[in-house]
Amino acid sequence: MTTLPMIETDIHPAVDNPELPDFVAEHELPSREGDRVVQFREALREAMSEEMRRDKRVFLLGEEVAEYNGAYKVSQGMLDEFGPERIIDTPISENGFAGMSISAAMMGLRPIVEFMSWSFSFVAADPILNNAPKMLYMSGGQFGCPIVFRGNDGAGGQLASTHSWCVEALYANVPGLKMAIPSNPYDAKGLLKTAILDPDPVFFLESERMLGDKAHVPEEEYYIPFGRARVAREGDAITLVSFGRPVNFCLEAAEKLAEEGIDVEVLDMRTIRPLDIDSIIASVKKTNQILVVDQSWPFASIASEVVTQICERCFDWLDAPPQRLNTEDVPTPYAKGLEYNYLPNPDRIYDAVKSMVNA
Amino acid sequence: MTQATVQSEQSMTTAKADSQTAGLAPTAKNARDLPKEVLLKWLRDMQLIREFENRTMQAYQQAKIGGFCHIYTGQEAVAVGTIGCVNSDDPVITAYRDHGHALARGMTPEACMAEMFGKITGCAKGKGGSMHMFDRPNWLFGGHGIVSAQTPMGAGFAFATKYEHEVLGKTLEGGEAKKKVTLCYMGDGALDQGAFHEAQNIASLWGLPVIYILENNSYSMGTAIDRHTANHENLIDRAKGYGMIGVKIDGLDIMNIYNEFKPIVDQCREESRPAFIDLKTYRYQGHSMSDPQKYRTKDEVDQYKDRDSIAKLVSDLMEMGYLSEDDWKSTQKALRDEVRAAIDAAESAPVPEDDELFTDVYANPEKNLSPTATYSHGTKNPLM
Ligand SMILES: Cc1ncc(C[n+]2csc(CCOP(=O)(O)OP(=O)(O)O)c2C)c(N)n1
Ligand SMILES: [Mg+2]
Repeated sequence: MTTLPMIETDIHPAVDNPELPDFVAEHELPSREGDRVVQFREALREAMSEEMRRDKRVFLLGEEVAEYNGAYKVSQGMLDEFGPERIIDTPISENGFAGMSISAAMMGLRPIVEFMSWSFSFVAADPILNNAPKMLYMSGGQFGCPIVFRGNDGAGGQLASTHSWCVEALYANVPGLKMAIPSNPYDAKGLLKTAILDPDPVFFLESERMLGDKAHVPEEEYYIPFGRARVAREGDAITLVSFGRPVNFCLEAAEKLAEEGIDVEVLDMRTIRPLDIDSIIASVKKTNQILVVDQSWPFASIASEVVTQICERCFDWLDAPPQRLNTEDVPTPYAKGLEYNYLPNPDRIYDAVKSMVNA
Repeated sequence: MTQATVQSEQSMTTAKADSQTAGLAPTAKNARDLPKEVLLKWLRDMQLIREFENRTMQAYQQAKIGGFCHIYTGQEAVAVGTIGCVNSDDPVITAYRDHGHALARGMTPEACMAEMFGKITGCAKGKGGSMHMFDRPNWLFGGHGIVSAQTPMGAGFAFATKYEHEVLGKTLEGGEAKKKVTLCYMGDGALDQGAFHEAQNIASLWGLPVIYILENNSYSMGTAIDRHTANHENLIDRAKGYGMIGVKIDGLDIMNIYNEFKPIVDQCREESRPAFIDLKTYRYQGHSMSDPQKYRTKDEVDQYKDRDSIAKLVSDLMEMGYLSEDDWKSTQKALRDEVRAAIDAAESAPVPEDDELFTDVYANPEKNLSPTATYSHGTKNPLM
């Protein structure tokens, strides 16, 4: 795999020569099978640590990332390795520390900003939406903003309305930012490494519910390109498009549907901006039916965007109206049963597919 | 549990004029001169919170409670003492460590526990959980999960009560307007949010009667105060910088809280001014139910437990001849029974119906608000 050069320069303008790796095709990536099994949180940590070893401009800051070893243990041990100058505990001042990281990025540093949860990013909404994604444009190409914002996104832990946000639909609306939403440890590592190298602001959405998920992650270094979906399961009955945690619900539903002879194709988008619409179109041309499974609310969601683009670009290939399955259109409830019904769970996906293929 | 009430002539007239009957805060120069019943009520309320929280932890460990759950033990004197200084219709708002404030304000243990059990009989019908205790009849405007979200809101209640008094000339319910004070609780972590600084500036600029009560337990999650806020030993100077009243109070002795806090309440109410109180307290448990607490020593925790606020009040009351060993034992037993009954009630209460997911979203659930959902009015809130 590509090994990038050590970065010697201490500070240099962010817009100069993005040092992106030579990305390879999906089948050339190291194998997804193997015995080196790590948790999602460890995969994230490996990605950050590898890039921090390579490039001194990269640093991590956020609440409880250092001495506490991460509120969710993502950054465990990183303080020991990199020291308090590069693994930085912050006050609960999201507006302040996200805002100052943006200007540090304009200077040429490479901040990784951890939001304990994306739900807490709203108090930093002005800098992350008004400054980071627009800096290059507003400065007429003078100042880029190579920064990664990352943290937990989505409901599932009975945290109720204010702590269960899915920010993908809200934030993906803004031009100038990129958004990655991994569904498994292997992709999490490869995408986060790419995010750190990317010269643009990347919003990286993880899920507290998945941090303990385990899978093979190779020893070998690898980078997963943005804008390339993965066929997580092949099938010809219907295309399921998803990203992040619900990909796993789709795969679970697909398993059950396969027992009934319904072979669904599951596409894991991996990044939302860029969105690999070509892979979706290719799949729709094969299956002629599409269901988008999205854990944000339906109104003006990523699902609405995918469905719109499908209607615009391969309407004639559809045998039935494209459909979406979102989180129910209400604030997140606390009670366990209500929360389960609220999310796009395997049961709801199963029912939706059945009603589409039987129609 | 209801607010300790001392009826004065004034409160009788207010009570007639206002549908929300007001219990006035008891008044004395020194807490020791307060009626015995008031002092015993404080003890009862503090012990109720202690007992309630201990059972909450058990229920959480048995997975009957989910989500984030923050325990209030150690800080009981703060909620009971400060709420004991205001009238029962003064607005109160707090953060997510809110069970103590809810109980001190008069929410029943049943409604509070059922909320955490995710039951329809909970104060938010199971929709809010541990961090979101709301009690309209008792003027509790919530627990709030986003750090410092409550601080601008605290100013807003004060704005509304001032508006009632100065513009409407009557309360929004139609009663006789009166000068009210809002209590807004916050953790030391909330000091670091910009929202709080904007709120203080507005409150002082516009003379809003809100009191920010900093429950200074020295930790914002795992970060000690000297690592998260600048010049932490002089916090009241910040308030003074905004032209607010700023006072530091030892929060482990409820009598002391009353003695120092009550005059501030009276002044803020009379003069329509904001205040900031740095109340030193300590939490016995971890930040939430999942906190290994490596950032502090057991010794430190024990030192504070040696100065336990409930033990202090018990010994004061015994010394004053207001409480015997037997009284104390029977009070504790009665409270254990009360909390056990609340657990049983929460356990046997029904979960919300599936349809409840789509209720209480809009006050006016008209057509076409959603591409997928049909909204309706919810079942009546059990507190209303
Ligand atoms: C804006 C925001 N950022 C982060 C969090 C996560 N969080 C919840 S409580 C907390 C610590 C707050 O400590 P403090 O204010 O001292 O209150 P205490 O828990 O001591 O009562 C943190 C970081 C949050 N809820 N909101
Ligand atoms: Mg604190």
